[in-house]
Amino acid sequence: MRSLASVAVGDTLGPVTLPVTRDTLVAYANASGDQNPIHQDEDFARSVGLPDVIAHGMWTMGAAGTVVAEWAGDAGRVVEYGTRFTKPVVVPVGGGEVVVEGTVKAVDAETGRVTVDVTATSEGQKVLGRCVAVVRLD
Amino acid sequence: MAVNPDFVGRTYPPSGPYAVDAALIAAFAAAVGSTDPVHTDPEAARAAGYADVVAPPTMAVRFAQASDRAYVADPEAGIDYSRVVHGEQRFVHHRPITAGDEVVGTLTVDAVRQAGGHSMVTTRTELATTGGDALATCTSVIVVRGGEE
Repeated sequence: MRSLASVAVGDTLGPVTLPVTRDTLVAYANASGDQNPIHQDEDFARSVGLPDVIAHGMWTMGAAGTVVAEWAGDAGRVVEYGTRFTKPVVVPVGGGEVVVEGTVKAVDAETGRVTVDVTATSEGQKVLGRCVAVVRLD
Repeated sequence: MAVNPDFVGRTYPPSGPYAVDAALIAAFAAAVGSTDPVHTDPEAARAAGYADVVAPPTMAVRFAQASDRAYVADPEAGIDYSRVVHGEQRFVHHRPITAGDEVVGTLTVDAVRQAGGHSMVTTRTELATTGGDALATCTSVIVVRGGEE
């Protein structure tokens, strides 16, 4: 695990490029229980005015969270995590990608809480807004 | 139909229990691309101080959304699910969800407000084990897009 003493405000994570395919979304639908067809069925997605299949917002949040968890070195150390969903991640038949970066905004030496601002973009657009994770390090 | 503001403050009876097992955790971790061994290797998880393999932080949404259903499916709530977009999500973890947990979710409708012709509904689900251990506080904002009626 990353040590608290080694972390400073301004430290950066990534960028990490995460591929996402339609198979990813089927796997996520099964694991999460969210079977909304806009995440799997191109014809259905277009019928409700979307450009194509879109990723679950929660997939994007989860995948971006993985970048923070791997930086911390223990996924069980993510104690707070929140975001707004600002734009959908479009997943064409050939797949799409999300680029995730983070910046350490605060380090509390007493509690070990480290606050990380996360940005996630797809095709140059921010897909998560005010995305902040707090990890607890020793 | 507008979202019914009379539901604000309402708390539903606990939903579940939902069993958490290693296969579900492994599947969720794979779907979000997490290769951290604390999700899949009980020895690694125990070495890190956990009772068993731990769920990725956002897996709590599975149980929060299962707990939401009684509310969003209630015709009196006035939520047209075909018009729902997920606006915000936040988790505060009290301890990681771990294989072997039996999870119950208690849903409270915190706010219903109107903005730009849409309804914004804030719900809060407190996840705990059947034994009473607090697991996570999950706060969600859904946006119910306004119609042209």
